[in-house]
Amino acid sequence: MEPLERYRPIVDDFDAFLDACERPLPSAVRVNTIKSSTERVTAAFDEAGVGWEQADWNDRVMTVETDRPGNTWPYFHGWVQGQEEVSSLPAVVLDPNPGERVWDACAAPGSKTTHLAALMEDTGTLVANDNNLGRLSALRSNAERLGVSNVAVTNRDARNFSLKPFDGEPFDRALVDVPCSCEGTVRKNPDTFDEWSLNHVHSVAGVQKGILRRAVQATREGGTVVYATCTFAPEENEAALDHVIAEEDCRVVEMDIDIEHAPGITEWEGDGFDDSVRKAARIYPHFQDTGGFFVAKLEVTA
Amino acid sequence: MSDEPLRTDGGRADDGRTNDGQQFDRLPETPADREVEGRASRREVLDWWDERFGVPPETFDGVTFWEKGAGKVWAFAGDVDSPIRIEGLGLTFMRTRQEHWKPTTEAVQRFGADADRNVLRLSPEQAERFVAGEDQELDWDGDWGYLIAAHEIAGEDAPLGVGLYLHGELRSRIPKGRRREF
Ligand SMILES: C[S@@+](CC[C@H](N)C(=O)[O-])C[C@H]1O[C@@H](n2cnc3c(N)ncnc32)[C@H](O)[C@@H]1O
Repeated sequence: MEPLERYRPIVDDFDAFLDACERPLPSAVRVNTIKSSTERVTAAFDEAGVGWEQADWNDRVMTVETDRPGNTWPYFHGWVQGQEEVSSLPAVVLDPNPGERVWDACAAPGSKTTHLAALMEDTGTLVANDNNLGRLSALRSNAERLGVSNVAVTNRDARNFSLKPFDGEPFDRALVDVPCSCEGTVRKNPDTFDEWSLNHVHSVAGVQKGILRRAVQATREGGTVVYATCTFAPEENEAALDHVIAEEDCRVVEMDIDIEHAPGITEWEGDGFDDSVRKAARIYPHFQDTGGFFVAKLEVTA
Repeated sequence: MSDEPLRTDGGRADDGRTNDGQQFDRLPETPADREVEGRASRREVLDWWDERFGVPPETFDGVTFWEKGAGKVWAFAGDVDSPIRIEGLGLTFMRTRQEHWKPTTEAVQRFGADADRNVLRLSPEQAERFVAGEDQELDWDGDWGYLIAAHEIAGEDAPLGVGLYLHGELRSRIPKGRRREF
């Protein structure tokens, strides 16, 4: 937990924050509306004697009273995806419509890809990319279990992703769920901080900026890009936004989310960030007993 | 398939790991449009689902079918040009180029809810054995061959996957990675 000390100056009620980070995370699932509905899933859990509780901000997201949601009928049928509560936020913020063309730049193992597909009602073209082939095979099997048929899977470095196989046309929307230092997943993976170093934070921040820039370039004017991480480090969050709004044609816009959050910060260890990064959301584990998360919405302006 | 266009961009993988041998070709509309020998046509695929399971052709409006590798057909709801060399396109749908065509468990779960022919309804205990991958003796007076195994859950039928019925026995064809023991 040592690396978290850095955040004492920016997190309100820091002790509650630390306590929450030390508690294990409840099992959660998201209802897959391509194959089922909240009513049917909850009826099936009731039939099996598995307790469930819906999230306040989204009735398709629920915590379940079992350590192994994978061994239930709703999971077998592809009616649910095992997915941390906050991990359902980015697709809701991106808010894709049926029939659109959407790019998921860092997609494996596909929790958010399959969520996007469901919001698109399994129509349009959803390009799911990842540079790790092994992780892509996990994405493929999740997408197949959930019955997703609108996904095209690519194995590229997102930083220089080519639109060529897709008619050279920019996308309507892009999700940028980058690799990160994962501090916010400590409740699920208690060994998260064994590998932590400030050097790693800085090096992964370079990759994040490259991917986010490419996503803005690959999205049409007026289109939307959502940036998400599961970490608290401002180097990987607000600093990435500050960089991309300076370098590319885009701006940070307000989000309409019903989940308790803190605004993005405009100052960190002597660096100042553009005021608009306040529109981003920082979600801390003690707010509603979830993992830690960061999400921001960008509009492409040219 | 000597008339394939020569691709020069396929090897430009940024990390060197992209498989060059992957190509999806869209199925021809009808047998008369066929250019590649042995390739199934969309019409034959739709007729097969209709005849075998009573799944109406409209179920697949907006879905295109693609072949990658010999006989493996994929169902895709989006829009891309054929051919395309990428890792995946929609979901694996069925196996053709063999005497008895075989749907995938994914296809049966996704598109088989409206099936009204060759659907074998299992008891709770039979359903558990089926998804564990076990074969079981069972009476069935319908057709032999590939069929849809289903069970009742939360008050409605739900397709479980593909079974092969032969000589009084139902063989589970649930893929290894999807088997479950409850
Ligand atoms: C946070 S995970 C994505 C989780 C996924 N969006 C989900 O919801 O299941 C980040 C992913 O980025 C991938 N990645 C890392 N560097 C990349 C790059 N340069 N281009 C594309 N993907 C990359 C990793 O392999 C990893 O799967």
